[in-house]
Amino acid sequence: MRINLDSDACQGHNRCYMLAPELFDTDDEGYAILRIDGEIPKDLEEKAMLAVDNCPEFAIEVADD
Amino acid sequence: MTRRSVTIVGASLAGIRAAEALRRQDFDGSITLIGDELHAPYDRPPLSKQFLAGDWGEDRLALTQPDKLDDLDLELRLGVRATSFDLASRRLGIVDLDDQGCSGRGGRGGEEFVVDGLLIATGARCRTLRGSEGLDGVFVLRSLDDSLAIRAAFDAGPTRVVVVGAGFIGAEVAATARTQGLEVTMIESLPQPLSRVLGDEMGAVCAELHREHGVDLRTGVGVEAIEGEDRVERVRLSDGSVIEADVVVVGIGVVPNTEWLEGSGLRIDNGVVCDATCLAAPGVTAAGDVARWPNQRFGEVMRVEHWDNAVSQGAHAAGRLLVGDDEAEPFVPVPWFWSDQYDRKIQMAGRIGPDDEMHVATGSLAERRFAAIYGRAGRLVGVLGFNRPRHVMRYRMLIESGTSFSDAVAAEF
Repeated sequence: MRINLDSDACQGHNRCYMLAPELFDTDDEGYAILRIDGEIPKDLEEKAMLAVDNCPEFAIEVADD
Repeated sequence: MTRRSVTIVGASLAGIRAAEALRRQDFDGSITLIGDELHAPYDRPPLSKQFLAGDWGEDRLALTQPDKLDDLDLELRLGVRATSFDLASRRLGIVDLDDQGCSGRGGRGGEEFVVDGLLIATGARCRTLRGSEGLDGVFVLRSLDDSLAIRAAFDAGPTRVVVVGAGFIGAEVAATARTQGLEVTMIESLPQPLSRVLGDEMGAVCAELHREHGVDLRTGVGVEAIEGEDRVERVRLSDGSVIEADVVVVGIGVVPNTEWLEGSGLRIDNGVVCDATCLAAPGVTAAGDVARWPNQRFGEVMRVEHWDNAVSQGAHAAGRLLVGDDEAEPFVPVPWFWSDQYDRKIQMAGRIGPDDEMHVATGSLAERRFAAIYGRAGRLVGVLGFNRPRHVMRYRMLIESGTSFSDAVAAEF
């Protein structure tokens, strides 16, 4: 499973990296940064889905390989 | 453990996230999601911010997209309220609010059915000020309809707004109203806004933020009466002063919605009392604002009203219904919340107490851009940030990993 973050859509709601700090980081202004190269470790798939479901900007997507 | 069906009472954040978690954990039984509002599940944080300001429409509030909702294969019953539960017989009583209202034969729409797994996520409702009921122009803010009504009142013309309570909801409403150029007086009975949560020093930082933006903030004073004929006209304070008002928004906390569970056999005490794993009774869990459980990480019994808790506790309480007692894991989150006021992003993680040691790790209180960390018994227990999201996140991870306060003070990000 792969994850994609649309940085242009991110408005810095801070939800993804608080729900899934293993997958997301933030810059000083609160905009999200992806911490991994796209491939989601199996044990973090649940957290990835939480981030997808909770992004108010729909800026995060996951896709099966 | 084989469970045939799960009934989730409460179709807001905790309820919908619970349903999603059940499906993600390959639960293929039936799921019924019951909510007493007619709106499809929606997100509440924007109701005091972007939605109240009119910047976001209703479509932006959806907690899930229609195709994803279809994938969940739920029986979604909106406009339906749970009225009773009996643990021994596992009978759940519900009433369709529409039937009740339209038929004129109250209670006719009631029905009962036996549930297998039950997840309670009925949330909380706003406290109101006694004596202000039925007076036009007096609002609380919890639901989408509340926010729409306040927005309409703000738009109605030159408006003098009085906000009662400088907690997070009150402060956000005040900030939104000021940003729209409305005249705002905010009344707080504590010596500083939020001083019970953040302490007096940090409360004073919040107070200054509002005063600088033109809010007439009155602290250490209570509301004596909200007065008017049919519409609100003025607010009388305990110090004798009187404030003319067109709109009053009351934000003085919430009460958990547990009345329907009286006599159910479940323990109710400022919420549904759960064990450390969110289990209230065999096959019954609770999540979100309504749940009270011992958080073993902090050795404290908590009822947490934050957005983040509804998300993660909803998922945890759902999973708990699918496992036996020996596999069940305790729910041990580091609570976190945020509040956007003007151009400040205020965030707190962990638990802050009045006797904690405090250290400003970065920035300064004067600039209102800082992260402060809190220690208790040598451990890092909390972090408060003003426009320091990255630091709050990092310190939250340190709280999670049980870092000592001295190591946290020495840490650099």
